[in-house]
Amino acid sequence: MIEKALKGSPRYFGALMAFLAIMGIGGGFYLVQLNQGLMITGLSRDVSWGFYIAQFTYMVGVAASAVMLVLPYYFHHYKAYSKMIIMGEFLAIAAVIMCLGFIVIDIGQPQRMLNVLINSTPGSVLFWDMVVLNGYLVLNAVIGWTSLMSYWKRVSPPTWVKPLVYTSIVWAFSIHTVTAFLYAGLPGRHYWLTAILAARFLSSAFCSGPSILLLLMLLAKKLTKFDPGNEAIKSLSTTITYAMCVNVFFFLLEVFTAFYSNMPGHMDPILFLFSGFEGHTYMTPFMWTAAFLGLTSLFLLIPPKWRENRDILVPALIMLVIGTWLDKGMGLIAAGFTPNPFEKVTEYLPTGPELMIALMIYAVGGFVLTVLWKIALEVRAEVEGEPGK
Amino acid sequence: MQSSRRDFLKLAGVSALGLSAGTLGFLGEGAQAADALPTATNFAKPITAKRWAMVIDTAKFDDALIAKVIDSCHTAHNVPTIPGKQEIKWIWTEEFHGTFTTERPVHLADAQEHRKYLLLCNHCESPPCVRVCPTKATFKNNEGLVIMDYHRCIGCRYCMAGCPYGARSFNFQDPEKFIKNMNLQYPHRTRGVVEKCTFCVEKLAQGLMPNCVQASGGAMVFGDLQDPNSPVRKILKEKFALRRNPSAGTEPGVFYIL
Repeated sequence: MIEKALKGSPRYFGALMAFLAIMGIGGGFYLVQLNQGLMITGLSRDVSWGFYIAQFTYMVGVAASAVMLVLPYYFHHYKAYSKMIIMGEFLAIAAVIMCLGFIVIDIGQPQRMLNVLINSTPGSVLFWDMVVLNGYLVLNAVIGWTSLMSYWKRVSPPTWVKPLVYTSIVWAFSIHTVTAFLYAGLPGRHYWLTAILAARFLSSAFCSGPSILLLLMLLAKKLTKFDPGNEAIKSLSTTITYAMCVNVFFFLLEVFTAFYSNMPGHMDPILFLFSGFEGHTYMTPFMWTAAFLGLTSLFLLIPPKWRENRDILVPALIMLVIGTWLDKGMGLIAAGFTPNPFEKVTEYLPTGPELMIALMIYAVGGFVLTVLWKIALEVRAEVEGEPGK
Repeated sequence: MQSSRRDFLKLAGVSALGLSAGTLGFLGEGAQAADALPTATNFAKPITAKRWAMVIDTAKFDDALIAKVIDSCHTAHNVPTIPGKQEIKWIWTEEFHGTFTTERPVHLADAQEHRKYLLLCNHCESPPCVRVCPTKATFKNNEGLVIMDYHRCIGCRYCMAGCPYGARSFNFQDPEKFIKNMNLQYPHRTRGVVEKCTFCVEKLAQGLMPNCVQASGGAMVFGDLQDPNSPVRKILKEKFALRRNPSAGTEPGVFYIL
């Protein structure tokens, strides 16, 4: 089946070359980071995690969101998703690979990475995050590949796949829950120290991940003969809308608890994000943009007539993705570290090299996804008797 | 206070003994040229405790003493002087508001308001940094010291997110060129690992008090928190002391007399 990735149009290879080029440029910056250390980032003693870890967190959500297809398809036999399911699983693979990449570029001594295995410490949530992410990668790779192989050979998938699928459904929730536990169990970081963090992570994942999937599938529909089917698109956009409502609701719960209780520790990070803290307002443009885009996307997605109109759906999904990304990819980490343990603010914005190195990981994800989707689309085209493009 | 001076003199004697002993040949001429290295005899009489703790008598500090104390630590441990937000520090100062944030102080007495407070690792009873470390590079030993294996640290910085006291620093770059006078008796760290105060575990092993305690001239008291007759327990019985952010549930081991 892999041979299907080796033949393709100039456009396909052009895309792969573009991803490789970005990887090359980003890789150059990564060599500088390996050589000089994380000093080339905007990180500091006070804000010791930043863009890399934020992208990792966002991508865990994208990976977990495949469950929004897998669950209805396998638990409720919702057949409309039959064409999309493999795309979701393959997106999850690309997303988990990006997650692992973002961790690797973030650590100061990457050559000692395997210490996490050699000196495995079950008391550390990071240990469990490693376990669930790698487990999820293997699950999706095995399930996705086996299902596609069976489909290609026009046989039903082997029976052992089913239990793996059910495991992967629970596992998907676990990856984002464990990722939330990385943050939610730290006594000095008030923005993260909240029982609803895992729920917030899941809700934001279940709207943003399927949005990315849907946008990419609509792109694939435009570029190839692949059609996920109208009903599938309609159902998935309904899921996205509900999840985004829950996401906004959960955030408002945070706002209520913080401001009605009037406890400074709870209020300060939210104030920092939306109105600035002691004159430091650098994060507020991002957060108000996030709020505006998030609410506008909801406004456009909630009426079914608008949601079903592709010309409205696409910009609404783009707004949703950018809004949730700003919330998780920019605000979440900085707000956990602000104000610092001395009630002071150290500003953090990623540097150019930092962004380029992160872009390298995104290019890796884009490359993996392009190859995997190419295989899936070719197989589908062959089975359906149409030559793919 | 009497007993701590006696301890100090005793320890000074031990250290003089150590200095007169031979050096380790394998470290080469560079080491020979520096102060004599400790030998096995230096480690013959370590001082031990069930749980080490520190009391800082903040009123006894002026700027000169603070500088002396910080310098005694940072020179001994090769802590680099890196300007800017990627700095490294083991012991430093904050004003009251930054030190006791959970007190949310208002209308403070002048003396306390304008005083500088020494901050260092609290060597917590239940340290979050140890809990979160994925490799046990940070660990608590059986004397309550929270210490590190720098060779095991992968630089994930989870401990920095975990510490509610901001006690940890990360080597964003190679620290070597920021160390003015390299102390060859203590290793410097490498790029990409976290570091912090160790309560001078290497000094205790030689029967010596921590550097800062020695330099403080009695303004910092060090001892066993579990021993009712220890200097720290005696002073805590006499004087009211605060700890930083006790609601974090970490049971800090550094007490401040105001």
